[in-house]
Order: sequence, then structure tokens, then C-alpha cells
Amino acid sequence: MVEMNIVEAVNSALDNMLERDENVLFFGEDAGYFGGVFRTSDGLQEKHGSHRVFDTPLSEGGIAAIAFGMGINGLRPVAEIQFADYIFPAYDQIVNEIAKVRHRSGGEFWCPITIRTPAGGGIRGGHHHSQSPESQFTHTSGLKVVYSSTPYNSKGLLIAAIESNDPVIVFEPKRCYRGPFYGDPHNVPTWKDHPEAEVPEAHYTVPLGEARLAMEGNDCTVISWGAMVHVAEQAINDCGISCDLIDLQTLVPWDRDAIVNSIEKTGRCVIVHEAPKTSGFGAEMAASVQERCFYHLEAPIERVTGWDTPFPHTTEWDYMPSPARIADAIKKVMEE
Amino acid sequence: MAAKKKQKSLQIPTAPFRPGEEANFDPFINEPGDLPRPDPITCIAADTTDLANGLVRVLDFKGNASGPWDPQLTPDELRQGLEHMVRMRIFDERMMKMQRTGKLSFYMRSLGEEAVAIAQTMALETQDWIFPTYRQPGAQFVRGRDMVSMINHCIGNVEDNVKGRQMPVHYTYKEGRYISVSSPVGTQFSQAVGVAMASQYKGLDECCITWIGDGSSAEGDYHYALNFASVFKPPVILNIVNNQWAISTHRNLASGSPTFAARGLAYNVPCIRVDGNDFLALYSVTKWARERAAAGEGATHIEVLTYRTGAHSSSDDPSRYRPRDEAESWPGGDPVDRLTGHLIAIGEWSDEQQTEMEERIDGEVMAAYKEAVTHGDLANGPYPSADTIFTEVYETVPWHLQEQWDEMKRWSSD
Repeated sequence: MVEMNIVEAVNSALDNMLERDENVLFFGEDAGYFGGVFRTSDGLQEKHGSHRVFDTPLSEGGIAAIAFGMGINGLRPVAEIQFADYIFPAYDQIVNEIAKVRHRSGGEFWCPITIRTPAGGGIRGGHHHSQSPESQFTHTSGLKVVYSSTPYNSKGLLIAAIESNDPVIVFEPKRCYRGPFYGDPHNVPTWKDHPEAEVPEAHYTVPLGEARLAMEGNDCTVISWGAMVHVAEQAINDCGISCDLIDLQTLVPWDRDAIVNSIEKTGRCVIVHEAPKTSGFGAEMAASVQERCFYHLEAPIERVTGWDTPFPHTTEWDYMPSPARIADAIKKVMEE
Repeated sequence: MAAKKKQKSLQIPTAPFRPGEEANFDPFINEPGDLPRPDPITCIAADTTDLANGLVRVLDFKGNASGPWDPQLTPDELRQGLEHMVRMRIFDERMMKMQRTGKLSFYMRSLGEEAVAIAQTMALETQDWIFPTYRQPGAQFVRGRDMVSMINHCIGNVEDNVKGRQMPVHYTYKEGRYISVSSPVGTQFSQAVGVAMASQYKGLDECCITWIGDGSSAEGDYHYALNFASVFKPPVILNIVNNQWAISTHRNLASGSPTFAARGLAYNVPCIRVDGNDFLALYSVTKWARERAAAGEGATHIEVLTYRTGAHSSSDDPSRYRPRDEAESWPGGDPVDRLTGHLIAIGEWSDEQQTEMEERIDGEVMAAYKEAVTHGDLANGPYPSADTIFTEVYETVPWHLQEQWDEMKRWSSD
């Protein structure tokens, strides 16, 4: 075990997989020689060669398309989209092609590819370096959707994604790359001494489809993913209410048992994500919770989310769910 | 002061001929022998300017083959090519008839473009990948696919290898390295570059051939493909089939360039424009492109100049937007007639043999059809099990699909 931040954990996952499987390639914009704008592939080209770790043209649609072609021709490519906000030129390739080829070809061709992309706000990135577009992919059959939150799960989930024979899109919370984010922009901790920053250097996986119990409690279930897991942790500590905090980790397929068992215990549910509210994945969670746990619920389900507006630049702290907003929602469900 | 108006309004291109008008195409600008055949290995994009703006031809309209692009095929190879083309045409006619009776939902013919996939696939090696659109099913005949299997797909019966999941003509035939056809036009073009990059990475002697339409070459995927091919130099053959029409949209709206081929020059990829109804010229330019690919010289960009003689699909009525007889005035004639004429001209074929072959193939297609319908058809079933909705979405069935699958079973007619 060594202490790693998320950037180092992602780098370690890529390094392990490039070492283990010669069919694994890694590529993206600035991802080769330079090692990525967030340094996630730092040193990998030098170590594994420019035929395995390389730069591409600035062309997300082209990146996804060549990943498709490589995937159906026996390789296991990992493509980086530099910011999740820039994934949309690749949307057709991901939604209609990568996610569908196994089914449409009667199982004759499939795409074991991974697309990893930094997502979410908190870095003063404005409209187009801050969005969290996970629900635009959870609505796509044939695709698995992952959203990591810590160094440990960022590495283990990425390795599981690369080893999956299904296409997987992995969102990484860029605000947490170098430290957890507790909702206070003036408090910038590192991952130092955080238990989830203890990461094995060797290969391991965090299985897709399994949630992580980030905090254990009795009275309310808080479901979240990405950077908001840490903000929710702060909110729970601030309000002093005993909560299960479930870090969903994989959104498709999500961990039904973890959610149902927790809500049957607590009877209360708050869902937190930074993506906009309308048609956000929180809506799917809320609907599923009432379908499965209606008679265990003591109060209406609360959602704390980003607003249904473009993501702002200077006012991003008023956009993203804060510990105070989350704590308020927890208190509200406790009052019922 | 307001700027002076230069024109009255938007300038919207139109087709040269519309219903009720007489189609009057200019004759081809080049004769066989006009254009040189540069060395495929040493040739660079700048050497292909004339090839991109001219038209490579081998067959004249009297059945004679000549010039440096003559591939010198044996009579057996020529007869094989002719047989594949005739098979494609008869197969299409049978499927169209069956579509009219509801045995299949939809159909797309290759009429007038049979030479494209067939000559080009014959010019490749069997290990090469084929990444088709819906108008290159003929490649499957070259790769030996059984017609019964093709018809099973088109009529969506229990033996359809893609399990009733795709519309007719969206074939998958992995055994023949014929990659799954997809409806979103153009996506295969950039994907083919990735297929070729994988072959290149593995160090294998294989290339990937793909096609895009004149219409769909306006999609971003066309430009992604050319750009990635230009940068990474994978063994890929990028063809634009310029058949003049994208449903009702004339090629004048797809590009303002005089030729589609020449667009590739700006990407520093060697480019050729070829008569797409000339089997020999098509075969020859494809062989040339494959030589380049095998030598590690990267991509070749080919404009295949042809004419979509039939409707876009069984849902289309071209008389609404073009003269009914426009195909007859196409300067490239008909690919089947031209190859037949050549074989007769060199004393290797006769009208009697042609008739005999057509009758034999017609019988084979009919027999294949009769066998296929014993496994069901779209009008009468039986269909693939409704369970196929849920299988192969993922490698294994996740719980949320399993739940919905169980729910469907309560309601399903299976």
C-alpha cells in the first residue's frame, strides 16, 4: 500500500493494465507525450512506448470511432476524453455504435473499450469544464457507467472497467483529483492520511455494480456519487444525524441490494448529485426507491442537485450542492 | 451606410435535372489509357492530383480493355465477377418482390452499383476487413456467404444471425470479416480507421476497406476518418461512392467540390476517382490501394463515380425528384452489361451463356428463398424469441435487465 491521490491511482491502474495485457492501448488529446492535462498518464508513454500510449488529434468523435474499430478488431483500448463536457462530438459513436454493436451483430462483434473522462465542477471551469453528464449515458442501453470518488475506487473501478468485455464510461471527479472536496472552496485538503488514499500498487479491482458504504448510520440513507460523496459526508457530520452514506460508484448497473437494505433500515432517503435535477440520475434513484421501499419510507425522498441551468463560472459555489443544503434536506426528511 | 447587396438571397444548389426534364449528362472526361498508373509504393498525394480530378477507366463502351490500369484478369476471374454481380441483381429483384408482399419490412437494392463491392472485395485478400454500408452486400457473395443465411436475416426469421434486431440489409458476417452494418450513415468510415490501426498495431498483413456515400461524406465521421488516416497512416481504403443521390438530395448539396476524390488531397492522402461501373478499373484501383496498405504506406481515398439506378429504398419514390429515365442517360452505362460486353468481345462469353447463367442463378435464389421461408418470415413468423431483446445487450444480463425480462415474459406471446 502506498498513499496516492486520484491522479496517481488512475496512472497506476493504466500502468498495471498496460503491463498485464498487450491488447490494452491508451490514447487521447495531450494524453501521450505530455501525460495528460491532469497528468493521469504521466510517464506512461516513456515506459510503454508511443505505440501503446499516444496523442490523438483534437477530435472526440474520431477518438471514439477508432476505439470502436480497435475494440471489434481484438484490442482493449482505453480512450481519454479530456473533459466530460467535450464528449458530445463522440455521442453518436458511443450511444449508437459502441454501446450497441454486441446486440446489433447478434453477438458476433463487441467493443471491450473504456472511455475515461474528468467530470464535475469546483475548479472554476465555467460552463464547459464543469458538467456532470452521467445521466446522458445512463439512459443508453449497452453501456456501463461508473463514477469514482476516491483514489482507491478510482483505480479499482478503472481496472474493472478495462477488464470488462462491455463498453464502460468512467467519470472521474476532477475536483477531487488531488484531494477530497468537503464543500468549502477555501479549505483545500490533500488526500494525505485519508483512509481511501491507501492504494495497492499491484492490480486489484473494485467490482462494477457494487456500491461502497462510506459512512454507516441508522436514521437516514444518503445516496451520492463523485465529488458529492465528500460534500455529503461533511453535511452528515455537520448535522449530527446518524446516516448511511452510500457511494454508488457504478450507476449502471447500480447496486440494488445496498440501497434497498439501507432504506429498509433507515426509512429515509436523500439523494445528492451535482448534475442538474431534471432527468438527473437522482430521479431514477428516487423512482426505484419508492417502487421497492415505499412501505419502509417514513418521509418523501429528497433530492439535492445542481440547478437546471448552465454551469456558472464565478458563482459555482451557489450552483453546486453545499453541505448546508444537504444538511437541510437530511433534517427535513427527519422531521416527517 | 448599409453594405451593398451582392445577391438577392441564399444560393441553394439544385439537381441538374428534375421530373419532366430531359437528363443530359456530359460524357466522361477521360478515356481508358488517359491517366497514368503511378507506382503505388513511392506515390505521394501530390502525385495523384490528376487521378483525383480525372477518371480512371479501363473498359470502353465497345467492350475493350486498355491502358495502364488494366488489371489483366483471367477469363475465369472475369466470369466469377460477372456471376457475383448477376447474383446480386437477381437476389435484389427477388427480395424487392418479397418486400411488396410483406415478407420483409424494407429493402435496399444495389442496382447499378453491383460492381462496387464485388470488384473491390475481389481485389482484396481474404484476411482483409470489410466495413460496409447497406449498399455493399455483394461483398458477402465474394466471401462465400450462403444466400439462405442472408435471406434469413432480411426476413427476420428464427435463423436470422442478428436475431431480428436490425432492419433488412443490415448484415453481419464475421466469418467473412464483413463487419456489422449500421443505420447511422458514415459512422463506419472513421471506425474502419480504428480497425486498420488494430491490424497495424498487431503487425498483421491485413487492411480494412470501407465505403461512405456522397451524401454521408458531409458527416463529421468522413473528416475524422481522413484526418486520422492522414496522421496515423493505417492500412485502410476509404471509398466515397458518389452515386449522385442521397435519397432525394443531389450530390451538389453534399459538397461544393467539383470531385469528391480531390477533397482527400488536402489531407495528404493519395486520391483516385474511378468509373464505378467499370469492373476492371474498380478492381485495379483497389489492388493499387491494397499494395500501398501492405507496404505500410497508409490510406488511399477513392471516389467511385456511379449512379443509383434504383430508389434509395423500398420506401422511396425517385420519380418525385428526378427524371424517370435519368439512369439511362448516365454516361457510365450499366456495370453488368459492360462486363458482359467485355467478356463477349474477348471471345470468352456468349448471350446464350449469359441467359443460361441468369436462369441458373434465378433458380438458386428461388431455392434459397424457399428454404429460408421454412424458418419463418416477417409476415407470418415464426420470429426470433422475444428473449433476444434482452440477450447480448451486455456480456451477461445485469439485474435491471433481468427484472424487465421477467416482466416481459408475463406478457409475451412466446
